[in-house]
Amino acid sequence: MEFLRPTSWSEALAAKAAHPEAVPLAGGTDVMVQLNFDHLRPAHLLDLGRVAELGTHERDGAQVRIGASVPYTTLIEELREELPALALAAHTVASPQIRNRGSVGGNLGTASPAGDAHPALLAAGAEVEAESVRGRRRIPIDDFYTGVKRNALAPDELIRAVRVDRATGPQQFAKVGTRNAMVIAVCAFSLALHPDRRSVRTGIGSAAPTPVRAGAAEDFLTAVLDEHRCWETGRPPPPSAAARFAQLCAEACRPIDDVRGTADYRRHAVAVLARRTLHWTWTSYGERARSTEGAA
Amino acid sequence: MRVNLVVNGRRQEADDVWEGESLLFLLRERLGLPGAKNACEQGECGSCTVRLDGVPVCACLVAAGQAEGREVLTVEGLAARHAGTPGAPTGAEEAARWRARPADSAAPLAPVQQAFLDAGAVQCGFCTPGLLVAADELLEREPSPSDADIREALSGNLCRCTGYEKIMDAVRLAAARQSEAG
Repeated sequence: MEFLRPTSWSEALAAKAAHPEAVPLAGGTDVMVQLNFDHLRPAHLLDLGRVAELGTHERDGAQVRIGASVPYTTLIEELREELPALALAAHTVASPQIRNRGSVGGNLGTASPAGDAHPALLAAGAEVEAESVRGRRRIPIDDFYTGVKRNALAPDELIRAVRVDRATGPQQFAKVGTRNAMVIAVCAFSLALHPDRRSVRTGIGSAAPTPVRAGAAEDFLTAVLDEHRCWETGRPPPPSAAARFAQLCAEACRPIDDVRGTADYRRHAVAVLARRTLHWTWTSYGERARSTEGAA
Repeated sequence: MRVNLVVNGRRQEADDVWEGESLLFLLRERLGLPGAKNACEQGECGSCTVRLDGVPVCACLVAAGQAEGREVLTVEGLAARHAGTPGAPTGAEEAARWRARPADSAAPLAPVQQAFLDAGAVQCGFCTPGLLVAADELLEREPSPSDADIREALSGNLCRCTGYEKIMDAVRLAAARQSEAG
């Protein structure tokens, strides 16, 4: 095994081009487990820990550009206002020790259906910035997950950053597990209200071969909110519509039975999380709408 | 490969490090520092918690090569760090000569270590080094932690003996003593 230690991004890209099978290593919270358990013996490990720009984030127009190695702890401490769903999701990741090392870039590279960041990225709207010596491209998050632990990256590409749309309305993330820390999601759900576009977006984790959006549920709720003038009044959608939204979210799942839960349970739990996150987000939207009205 | 790093304030060099090796293995098997414990090897238990450039991490999930040029603090270095003296044993030979001191020995323990002893927060002791490193970092960052802060900070450290109540007591005690000492 060879330990490649690029000190710049261009060196990292050159190394990946020369050794497309090299396994990128950043926080190590996925890769080191596989090494420790003899599940992985790559010819090359590509340590990205010395590529400084991967550890920084900045605002870029309507997006926040998060370097691939920025740890979850930073998202929680510095991006709670701009990326609420992702910050909430980051806070449910494992433990402080893991959040100090693990990153959204790593979550995307692993592309596990249970990765905590994915539902929040889907709901908020995001692009993955992938780069190789051939050039840089942006992959819409909806096109990124291609199968169980598979993603749209080419063998010579590395994740440079993830660009997440800054929130224009309330966002929520909820996850089902047996305790508050150190839990792989049984299922997870994220909801983002986008009042600027008068639409909603969802993300579901651990309930299909890949993280997925509940497209039919989004369309249904978007239509209901328009029809009832909810965006203008701040009033919540009717309870029957919330129930239907939850049901459509459950129908978007393609879950399996496994040690963490049954398929039936996952569908049920996703419906519960969908209803709850709709209630939470709409309650804060209503409060904001009323306080703006009061101020005017 | 060769790895150079600073452990508990002292420069260390290890040769013939395997590229897929963890920082935990390097510390325990090559540098003779068995304080960080090897249990789950997957970041679940926190018994290998050390600080890497000040940040609490699971040493089992850091590749040894990633520690090149960095500073590591292990439980062996806690007391010396608080006393402001250069580190506790950091070489294999030194570590072999090392003996546990009685609690009343002249060289003081770190405040969290003393508090763990006084509160009876240690049973089998396997999780203790990781808890001490995590708790010490919490008190450095947050001198008057709430119970929720303590639970959060220690949520990545499993103890299968104590039920955690004595550990909570110990961290509260260390925080109280620290604020008294001003």
